Amino acid sequence: MASLVGSRVERKEDKKLLTGRGRYTADVNFVHQTFAYFVRSPHARAQIKKVDTSKALKSPGVVSILTGADIVNDKIGGLIAGWRIKSEDGSDMKVPPHPPLASDTVNYVGDHVAVVIAETLDEARNAAELVKVDYKILKAVVSTKDAMSSDQIYKDIPKNMCFDWLLGDRAKVKEAFDKADKIIKIDLVNNRLIPNAMEPRAANADYNPSTEEITLYTTSQNPHLARIIISAFNGVAPENKLRVIAPDVGGGFGSKIYPYAEEVVCSWAAKKIERPVKWVADRTESFLSDCHGRDHVTHAELAVKNDGTFLGFKNETIANLGAYASVFGTVTPTYLFGPCATGVYKMPAAYSNVKAVYTNTAPVDAYRGAGRPEATYTIETLVEKAARELGMDPAEIRMKNFPTQFPFQQTLVHSVDSGDYVGGLNKAMEIADYKGFEKRKRESASKGKLRGIGLCSYFEACGIAPSPVVMMLGCGIGLWESAEVRFNPTGNVTVFTGSHSHGQGHDTTFAQIAADQLGVPIENIEIAHGDTDKGPFGYGTYGSRSLTVGGTAIVKACDKIIAKGKRVAAKMLEASVDDIEFSNGEFVVAKSNKKKTIGEVAFACYLPGTYGEVKSPLPEGDEPGLKETSFFDPVNFSFPAGSHICEVEVDPDTGETKLVKYTAVDDFGTIINPLVVEGQVHGGLAQGIGQALYENCHYDESGQLITASYMDYTMPRADNFPEFNLGFTCTPATSNPLGTKGCGEAGAIAAPPAVMNAVMNAIGTEISMPATAEKVWKACNKNKKRNSEAA
Amino acid sequence: MSKISLEVNGKKITKEVPDHTLLSVFLREILNLTGTHVGCDTSQCGACVVHVDGKSIKSCTAFAADLNGSKITTIEGIAQNGKMHPMQEAFKKLHGLQCGFCTPGMVMSAIDLLQNNKKPSDTEIRDWLEGNICRCTGYQNIVAAVKEAASKM
Amino acid sequence: MKTFNYHSAKDVKEASKLASSNSAFLAGGMTTIPSIKLGLATYKDIINIKNIKSLSGIKASSKTLKIGATTKHVEVANSKDVKKAIPSLAALAEGIGDPQVRNRGTIGGSIANNDPSADYPSACIALNAVIHTNSRKIEAEKFFKGMFETALKSGEIIEAIEFSIPEKSNYQKYPNPASRYAVVGVYVAKHKGEVNVAVTGAKSCVYNDKDLAKALSKNFSSSVIDNVKISSSGMNSDIHASAEYRANMIRVFAKKAVEAC
Repeated sequence: MASLVGSRVERKEDKKLLTGRGRYTADVNFVHQTFAYFVRSPHARAQIKKVDTSKALKSPGVVSILTGADIVNDKIGGLIAGWRIKSEDGSDMKVPPHPPLASDTVNYVGDHVAVVIAETLDEARNAAELVKVDYKILKAVVSTKDAMSSDQIYKDIPKNMCFDWLLGDRAKVKEAFDKADKIIKIDLVNNRLIPNAMEPRAANADYNPSTEEITLYTTSQNPHLARIIISAFNGVAPENKLRVIAPDVGGGFGSKIYPYAEEVVCSWAAKKIERPVKWVADRTESFLSDCHGRDHVTHAELAVKNDGTFLGFKNETIANLGAYASVFGTVTPTYLFGPCATGVYKMPAAYSNVKAVYTNTAPVDAYRGAGRPEATYTIETLVEKAARELGMDPAEIRMKNFPTQFPFQQTLVHSVDSGDYVGGLNKAMEIADYKGFEKRKRESASKGKLRGIGLCSYFEACGIAPSPVVMMLGCGIGLWESAEVRFNPTGNVTVFTGSHSHGQGHDTTFAQIAADQLGVPIENIEIAHGDTDKGPFGYGTYGSRSLTVGGTAIVKACDKIIAKGKRVAAKMLEASVDDIEFSNGEFVVAKSNKKKTIGEVAFACYLPGTYGEVKSPLPEGDEPGLKETSFFDPVNFSFPAGSHICEVEVDPDTGETKLVKYTAVDDFGTIINPLVVEGQVHGGLAQGIGQALYENCHYDESGQLITASYMDYTMPRADNFPEFNLGFTCTPATSNPLGTKGCGEAGAIAAPPAVMNAVMNAIGTEISMPATAEKVWKACNKNKKRNSEAA
Repeated sequence: MSKISLEVNGKKITKEVPDHTLLSVFLREILNLTGTHVGCDTSQCGACVVHVDGKSIKSCTAFAADLNGSKITTIEGIAQNGKMHPMQEAFKKLHGLQCGFCTPGMVMSAIDLLQNNKKPSDTEIRDWLEGNICRCTGYQNIVAAVKEAASKM
Repeated sequence: MKTFNYHSAKDVKEASKLASSNSAFLAGGMTTIPSIKLGLATYKDIINIKNIKSLSGIKASSKTLKIGATTKHVEVANSKDVKKAIPSLAALAEGIGDPQVRNRGTIGGSIANNDPSADYPSACIALNAVIHTNSRKIEAEKFFKGMFETALKSGEIIEAIEFSIPEKSNYQKYPNPASRYAVVGVYVAKHKGEVNVAVTGAKSCVYNDKDLAKALSKNFSSSVIDNVKISSSGMNSDIHASAEYRANMIRVFAKKAVEAC
């Protein structure tokens, strides 16, 4: 049987999704279901003086209205921050309470105040308008940069600061800077983004009064995590009385890794009223209350020698957490950001200092790339600036500082197992025709256009691990993944994974892996995920972890199946276990033609005895059945890397920037399914380019979200992009048996600096993201003015 | 309430609906045709695109009452005798979908494009899909799939 | 979503009779429906006028092009008559919204709504349109009163829009990258003896830039545009474009439009 790993297998999940048979949370309905509508704060910061539901309760169709007071009465716990970050001075981070429904204060526009439950959605909405909330409006803190010097939002959190974290050695950095020929400095804003998975969040909770079990359908990347948080922290139901199902999920990009107030409230309310409670966000609610991403203000410096050698790096960042510390909100700007900020380079000394602040804006959490796009943007724009100031070619300065020996001990944390950064950049330059740029630039100039080229070399750390180490750093969850491989008696296979697919194609790629391992046709393998009642506990899908961690767990479980299969086959074939070889789905006695297929062995495992023609007594000590489980905790992260090259053409009259050429060369180690991996790169690029040119979350001074719909928040569309040119290099990861590295976030990490470096190269001046037409036009004008004054 | 008679995926249907029922709500909640998705409130994402009398429209921005007598085709109605439409086949072959949420609208819109333009260029495809937002694919494989379908139709 | 009573009118008379201060006519519904959905507008009655046959269709004569109020954007974009008489108008229609909006949205709806960033009002101004209603004829200059405000009275229905066929014309726009509505749209039309430069998106209501029009009337060449002062005062300023940027775009587009004429 030919190996499926490495081939472009069409996705198994596509048929249902293409024919309208997908089943998303909003498609799930229960008999006797009610509808929830949330009363949200219209103010960014206010005290709640009184919530009056009397009029709303009389509105037609209303079943129940629950408020923060009910949360307190029922002792429903608050939403949590999953990582405990310690400040440089050793103190714990400061976290404000985050009740699912506010009772004292509201802290961002969209914060949850009450829920109205009614027979129909219209009735719930109409009644919600009648809930009278008496607010005392307070001055909102909105600016990331000024948060520390603004009004204090929470009583016990001075300067609105959650933590002041340091990674690295300030003294060593000072030493390095003292020796430098030149210090390159940069001030950056990493613009706040709104994830915008196309499927709005939704929840539908059903309570069974007979078993006292809640079944929660939800739009989650991580149903097991939702279950443990809603039971252990919110206290809605014991874990074994709560089943969380994340059916088809329409994208997540980080925004659906953890449960939100709505899931907690729907589950709790369903139990209270003993009826199913359904909630589906409209897009405006998504904009207001989904966790946002990025939002850093950074000052960074790079110490260099005149020949371009990097000596040291410092990174001072203020990260906006929004109004509350979300589950991954505190790790994203620290351990996911700080270590990667030195980039893909040999950097003798470095530190990252991050001050995380609270503001009266939606909570900020992981969004595709989570910390690594911010890190890469910082170092890669700094490196480009260094090249400009030293008069070096941007490719040359990168090549000069790439490590060439692996494993490579990166300055701040990571031991990078494998890579070929020189090869990657060379390949990108070849595909992009780097040498031909000047000619293309002249052609653009002849049409009155400014052409620019920009590079980005990145590495990222994904598949975060191993659990014991990461827990020492404050992580409150494990980072392993589970897999259960279950042979059914008729010979087909169900593979349960604790990771979750919401577009990534696990039904296919995981089946490819299992098919190769077990020698079973891919059609006979079903991947099961997204239901806490199916398969063991797991940790979901985020941070480009699923294949390297979850895929490996499948391999390990398959290994156990084969080990048992060998014993059973040996007994059936009356041979010694040591003589049994397994390949292509067959257990063969070495140097003979005696064999049993894995299907026969599985069948035997379920019929352990003699029955007519069936003669399959099990070996002594083995139990019946053929089902194995693995919990895999990797020894290290995986470290994808690559080089991207972008070319833009700017119209100086209008400032419009056209992306004319984009080349991405990535090293994801072994690739299971190139079709799927290319798709992941394309999608990541679109989001990264979106950040660079189009997307920006905008709050006004009072904390009102101005970009609260697709009328104002620019979602990249098909006509914004050229065809991307992709290339791959391969240095297999050594930390997992498949040799794979995560691929989901690379595009979103590499694209922003590649695009921005190209824009800045075109217009010859620094500019912040997103490089909108007006900003570029203004920058071009300033240049023109400067040039004419100089003349 | 309005009484409406229309044809949905070849089936004649008569229903009494509240006057403000959107076509998307009618399809999803009343006919249980949940393949038509709703991704925004401002008629921009295009996840809800269906065909009315052969032309693509956004079902979130039409009242069911307004479509009395129309012929409506949804994503559930384009496969013939269990065989997927060439556009669906092409999306599968070229990985033109990931999470699948925008996909029904994307496919319905793309089919309408080919009704208007049998051999569209890349630029024409990208321009046509202006009303369909996808967050997963970066559009590249969607464009490739539409071209592939055009060569097969 | 707030409910209402839905009516479908057979003819203009019935539609007008059904109308009240708390009703809306429904043609394509491209603005009306989202407004109702978002709770920005509530109505007691919604009166569908799409089944009124007399309101739809395109008629060309030697001097004018008359387009029925419920004619869809796609019909204008694809019409041979429009392409022949005023190609820039067909191009404008082709550029409104997306294909699904063009399949539903109507010219009458666009004009009656008078969104400050809609495309059609600029065509009306540039092409000296006359708005025919069930009770009178209104010149475009007098029709568009202000933001979302027109000369239409309660119960008055637009029946058709009659455009003067210019010698040459062109429409250029910079779409809002998010909504794709015009941040700035400039419609230049050269008629016998006069030039109009209609601008949409820049201010609270579409207008004819008299200075540009005057300069181009004297000399229809893009080179004269640089000498015309385009003040940003009174122009919209928002997260997508400042007044200053809008003023610049008017200049750029006026030039482009003249060159493309």
